[in-house]
Amino acid sequence: MATETHATNGEGLADATGVASHSADAAPGMPQLDFGTFPNQVFWLVVTLVVIYLILSRVALPRISAILAERAGTITNDIAAAEDLKAKALEAEEAYNKALADARSEAQRIVAAAKADIQSDLDVAIEKADAEIAAKSAESEKAIAEIRAGALEAIEEVAKETAAELVTAMGGNADAATIDGAVSARVKG
Amino acid sequence: MATEAHGAEEGGLVFHPMDQFIVKPLFGDGPVAWYTPTNVTLWMAITILAVIALLVLSTSRRSIVPSRGQSVAELAYGFIYKMVEDVTGKEGLKYFPYIMTLFMFIVLANFLGLLPMAFTTTSHIAVTALLAMAVFLTVTILGFVKNGASFLGLFWVSSAPLALRPVLAVIEIISYFVRPVSHSIRLAGNMMAGHAVIKVFAAFAAIAAISPLSVVAITAMYGLEVLVAFIQAYVFTILTCVYLKDALHPHH
Amino acid sequence: MEGDIVQMGAFIGAGLASIGMGGAAVGVGNVAGNYLAGALRNPSAAASQTATLFIGIAFAEALGIFSFLVALLLMFAV
Repeated sequence: MATETHATNGEGLADATGVASHSADAAPGMPQLDFGTFPNQVFWLVVTLVVIYLILSRVALPRISAILAERAGTITNDIAAAEDLKAKALEAEEAYNKALADARSEAQRIVAAAKADIQSDLDVAIEKADAEIAAKSAESEKAIAEIRAGALEAIEEVAKETAAELVTAMGGNADAATIDGAVSARVKG
Repeated sequence: MATEAHGAEEGGLVFHPMDQFIVKPLFGDGPVAWYTPTNVTLWMAITILAVIALLVLSTSRRSIVPSRGQSVAELAYGFIYKMVEDVTGKEGLKYFPYIMTLFMFIVLANFLGLLPMAFTTTSHIAVTALLAMAVFLTVTILGFVKNGASFLGLFWVSSAPLALRPVLAVIEIISYFVRPVSHSIRLAGNMMAGHAVIKVFAAFAAIAAISPLSVVAITAMYGLEVLVAFIQAYVFTILTCVYLKDALHPHH
Repeated sequence: MEGDIVQMGAFIGAGLASIGMGGAAVGVGNVAGNYLAGALRNPSAAASQTATLFIGIAFAEALGIFSFLVALLLMFAV
């Protein structure tokens, strides 16, 4: 702290300028140059620096670097996981597309099969119907032919009878065989 | 503070810009011996508490998604780590805790000194000179231990013409030994200047007519001082890194 | 009386020493201005040079602080 010599100097300064110097507290005007306080400051500074150094190197810095490393690891892992998920999503999409295409082709196949089935059924039915129709028409034709034959015979008979009657009526004496042959030839021709 | 009592009895304009830097014992009025707890002790202890609060307590939850305090701690860590790595290279990272200690102490002491009624420990030449001398001695000893006599190659600029080299060597040696001086006085001077200027403006506030101007000026200076407090800590740290790089790689 | 003359000399010296701060101001402005000019020309290289900028400013400013210190010494310590 202030010595007496400094005190007088300080008062002189105060008188001359109105700048009051605190002679009781600061020895030579500038507290920074008060060498009496240097050992004190140096001692406490060394203590402070050592304490801060120990805190930092023992606790704070390892902890912060661990946090940062952990975060970097987490971020890397998360990115890898995201990549994984993305790949999985792509895979799933592919599988979905494939399933869709499969289903589509299956449906087409089923449709085609059904179509073919129906077609074959239809063909069989048509054939059957055709055959029936053919059988029926053949039968009818046969019936018609029979009817026609019956009619021809009847006509022949009627013609023969008529011819024989005519011949007898006209006074002729015709034997049956000749008339039959002549009528048959006429009817056929 | 003692200034108030003083100003009251004299009246008018009273300047005590340097009173804020006075080292006083915390208890009583006795002499300041080397072990006396003084306001230096108090503010250095507060600095230590701030370091603990900022770097230890805020990171105690170790969360992956950081809280506000934790991200400040991580920011400070990353800032200094990157600075050491960029300037000194990989082999300088061994000294990272040492540089981090310097940075945290200076930056927190500077900011705490900006609190009203606070005592700025870094405004004292004794403090900054010790910091600078510690850096200077560490770097010099480290340079000789790592490189032996070839550390002297730092002063022998082999890229210059031969005739110029002795002259350059003298200049280099002088600049080398001025380093701790400028290193310490830059920090103490900046801190002291800013606080003294604020105090001078504060004294002008006693005159009613110019007191609004004085308050505006104090506010502006305070903003500048916040910037200076950080920049000086940054500069001190990065210069330490540069000197460390010289010690590790002495050849230009 | 003699002490007053010494005081006067000290204060005049302190004022003269303060002129040195103007030199530091010019120096710091020069550094920052040239940095800005360079940074506007090549913005991609600017970020890597901020450390150099601050070192340059610090060196320029240190000399201004020296003159401030001389002024303070003359004011308070002589």
